Amino acid sequence: MDVQVWTYILVGITFALYIGIAIWSRAGSTSEFYVAEGAVNPLTNGMATAADWMSAASFLSMAGLISFMGYDGTVYLMGWTGGYVLLALLLAPYLRKFGKFTVPDFIGDRYYSNTARTVAVICALIVSFTYVAGQMRGVGLVFSKFLEVDIFWGVIIGMAIVFFYAVLGGMKGITYTQVAQYCVLIFAFMVPAFFISMQLTGSPIPQIGFGSTVTDGSGMYLLDKLDQLHTELGFAEYTSGTKSMQDVFFITVALMVGTAGLPHVIVRFFTVPKVKDARISVGYALIFIAILYTTAPAIAVFARTNLIETVSEQPYEEMPPWFSTWEETALLNWVDKNEDGIINYAPGAAIVGAPDIIRDGLDIRRGANNQVMISNEVTANNNELYVDRDIMVLANPEIAGLPAWVAALVAAGGLAAALSTAAGLLLVISTSVSHDLIKKQFNKDITDKAELRYARIAAAVAVVVAGYFGINPPGFVAQVVAIAFGLAAASFFPAIILGIFYKKMNKQGALAGMIAGLIFTLAYIIYFKIAFPELNIPENWWFGISPEGIGTFGMLINLIVALSVKSFYPDPPEDVQEMVEGIRYPR
Amino acid sequence: MTQEKDLKGYWKKNLQYLSVLLSIWFTVSYGFGILLAPWLNNFKMGGFKLGFWFAQQGSIYVFVVLIFIYVYLMNRLDKKFGVNEEDV
Repeated sequence: MDVQVWTYILVGITFALYIGIAIWSRAGSTSEFYVAEGAVNPLTNGMATAADWMSAASFLSMAGLISFMGYDGTVYLMGWTGGYVLLALLLAPYLRKFGKFTVPDFIGDRYYSNTARTVAVICALIVSFTYVAGQMRGVGLVFSKFLEVDIFWGVIIGMAIVFFYAVLGGMKGITYTQVAQYCVLIFAFMVPAFFISMQLTGSPIPQIGFGSTVTDGSGMYLLDKLDQLHTELGFAEYTSGTKSMQDVFFITVALMVGTAGLPHVIVRFFTVPKVKDARISVGYALIFIAILYTTAPAIAVFARTNLIETVSEQPYEEMPPWFSTWEETALLNWVDKNEDGIINYAPGAAIVGAPDIIRDGLDIRRGANNQVMISNEVTANNNELYVDRDIMVLANPEIAGLPAWVAALVAAGGLAAALSTAAGLLLVISTSVSHDLIKKQFNKDITDKAELRYARIAAAVAVVVAGYFGINPPGFVAQVVAIAFGLAAASFFPAIILGIFYKKMNKQGALAGMIAGLIFTLAYIIYFKIAFPELNIPENWWFGISPEGIGTFGMLINLIVALSVKSFYPDPPEDVQEMVEGIRYPR
Repeated sequence: MTQEKDLKGYWKKNLQYLSVLLSIWFTVSYGFGILLAPWLNNFKMGGFKLGFWFAQQGSIYVFVVLIFIYVYLMNRLDKKFGVNEEDV
């Protein structure tokens, strides 16, 4: 059976499973819809959190990104795991004790201000929409690549599935589907990793494999070999990287703090019964996440070595079949600059922009070596190879020559990762609208049933909007991920931390801090990423900090502004101070 | 009120745990993984340069361990100060 048949089978089975779970776990009240009645077992919640957190980006793109960044990929590995320590120690137990439904709930009550609540709702919505559009796009891509379905229909099918279980089941449905999705995605991620680690190093455990010697009999360590390959081709050593130390530092802080401030992650810890459960639940979540996050750098090394060894300085004619399959998707292309028929791989971009295949009618135009011809202008350097980073995880099984079902499994895993994250985000959006806006601001006497109906309508609208962005992605989707983390780092995180650990922090301070952090961070990112992308080079950055890392600066600005403005205004009312006192103790 | 004093003690101890655990968190990730990584790369553990290993593997393992140590310490502290939740 070929990959496509296998993919239909595996994707069909997993989708049937998700729908079955959704029907079984229908939500009947707002408490079930928002926080699964606060009755989720901590281990279950840990697994659901892991699936919620690990998106299409973690599953499909991260290992590929690291594979091209080498040591610099550390920013993602540490940045997207270290935040869980902050969550466990500084946020989750206290927010669980607080015991409401959402993050804007906490900000609004703690700072006794509907303005603060509104600012928090707006941040939550921007962060979640930014993120969810990317997920739907991931769903569409997997469908179009593996099932040869149009991206449009791929997104529609994905929307229908998410719609079904998020709108019906709310947090309860999402939690149990996420558990199933975690199992699917981690299995799909690990199987090819085991195989490839075994092939390359003889050790089945990838975490050990990439620090072992290669099996070609040279007795060389894999990483030394990769460093050597890199040096020979003129790249920086894989294990050293090229980013400046302060940039790596700042990006890592922004991602860690951003992680701890993301509303769809925080809200998961409202679903467990006790404070004690919230603490341990973060621990379980991080174990489940760490399985993927410690494997990804190993996959990155394997994929990088395999890629260089297979293509570099090799005649095009001897390329394996997968090379031409990916060529036709414009994700892997070769321009024979010196017309020697050999693939020369070197640092720098081979072409200007993304590959644009030349077609004569419906047929792809072929070059002298039968390679796919592209119309892009070539650059002046020696590099002849264009590789899209996103293909590394998808192509890995094929590059390593693994059986068809493994590649199909990766497709099902990618879908599980994208759907689980999308569902979690949609829930945040729907809760923000029905609970934080409608119930708390416009109609305080709304019945539970009516609120639940609004929550479902909001979820449905959010699915459609997300789907629209998935089909017509705004050109800046990739760039705006920096916005999501930057905003979470510069707005939520300091406000929540001060809210818990500084009893005397008042609403004026918190509000001024959030707004200052928000505006500064947004302005910096928009300036470099959207308004003047041509200026986005290290020489122009403040203190050498890239837009990805500026959230750290925004957070510091938030803290400084909050603490200075605070001193000009009276302390918070007595009952608020008592509430803060109350959330510090489990009982 | 004696209970008031106990709660203050609980919170102080909690902050102490936090500062120790977060110092370790910072030292391992930002210290070993970033600031000291170039120097640590002079040493090797198997095929890994040490700084690289801390950045891409070791720090993540330490994060997991830190959370479980925190859970253990806090459960003990909750019991000691009588603020642990009843088993439902």
